[in-house]
Amino acid sequence: MTPKRKQRLFVILGLVSLAAIAVGLTLYALRANINLFFSPIQIAAGEAPIERQIRAGGMVKEGSVSRNPDSLDVEFVITDFVEEVEVHYSGILPDLFREGQGVVVVGQLSENGRLHADQVLAKHDENYMPSEVAEALEAAGYSSSDYAEKYNSADKYDSADEYSGTKNEGAD
Amino acid sequence: MWAFIHKLGSPKWFYDISERLQPWFWAAAALLILVGSVWGLAFAPADYQQGNSFRIIYVHVPAAFLAQSIFVGLAVAALVFMVWKIKVADMAAAVMAPLGAAMTFIALFSGSVWGVPTWGTWWMWDARLTSMLILLFLYFGVIALRGAFASRDSGSRAASVLAMVGVINIPIIKYSVDWWYTLHQPASFTITSRPSMPVEMWWPLLLMVLGFYSFFIALTLMRTRSEILRRESNKRWVRDLVREDG
Repeated sequence: MTPKRKQRLFVILGLVSLAAIAVGLTLYALRANINLFFSPIQIAAGEAPIERQIRAGGMVKEGSVSRNPDSLDVEFVITDFVEEVEVHYSGILPDLFREGQGVVVVGQLSENGRLHADQVLAKHDENYMPSEVAEALEAAGYSSSDYAEKYNSADKYDSADEYSGTKNEGAD
Repeated sequence: MWAFIHKLGSPKWFYDISERLQPWFWAAAALLILVGSVWGLAFAPADYQQGNSFRIIYVHVPAAFLAQSIFVGLAVAALVFMVWKIKVADMAAAVMAPLGAAMTFIALFSGSVWGVPTWGTWWMWDARLTSMLILLFLYFGVIALRGAFASRDSGSRAASVLAMVGVINIPIIKYSVDWWYTLHQPASFTITSRPSMPVEMWWPLLLMVLGFYSFFIALTLMRTRSEILRRESNKRWVRDLVREDG
């Protein structure tokens, strides 16, 4: 490599690394805002603002969904398996909404820690499975998430992990 | 090895070798995309939660893969052009950028269409979706900068710098779903870990990904060849070529 080319290469590499550092620091500073939602742990710790539009994410707790038969009102609990948040919602739920499913709830937190939702969005994990397989697993007494865990190697992302608050230590 | 790279830098040599390679990539692209889409859309089983809407994956994932790969290709081409002043690299970068923008748009659009039935919204400002939108704007920036100067060389250099700096966005897109809480789920299709779906769903996806790559390579070769002819039109070998063909 001629000295001139080497110099150009170093100038470019320097420029790109400086830009990368700038972007990295910016993202680090904004990390709390980049997270799409607060986890129930963060809400329990008082990190989420009261009576302002926030998003909360977690799993719909098994057996917690109660619908009002006369209206679209529905109440359920979202959990990260440590803390829980009660959610009140009136409207149409997405098709994927069910107990044990990950959801993102958009709404306002009241003083008593209940979340009044304006919108409920369903999250799904990265595992896909034919319905016959899912039914067979269910019949055999496994849940589909057991299957996903076994199917993927042990060190891979585990869907419950995402809601345990490991991703974001400082949402201040 | 170095001799090969130096030859590849010569427009005439690139023109000749790409002529021989091109049909193979077109054939592979046609075959893979045809088999992959029929298999994926008609024969692969429906997902247990999402039903048939999961089949959007067979367009969404290959497009998203290419959108990111093309930008990396753009940055590498820009580096080669800026450091070694190899013109063919710049010509390839010029033709790759619109294709990358198109793939990014397809990924965003198919993702939106998919988001409505599954998530319940077509757009959410989460880290993955937003960084992908930034990628689209980076592509627009690269394309616009190239055309924004009176001299072609200035345009090439400006576009190259943006491509090299903009490549920082690629790891952000890739790891956004791991670094932050997002609505978008983590990657389903990776080369490094075991697939997160059974083989009868995974095979058509692999074929589609390979098919999209072949299509991209074939189209880039074809368009780079026309770009070479356009820019080298005053060179002797191009004139001879035109004379031969009548």
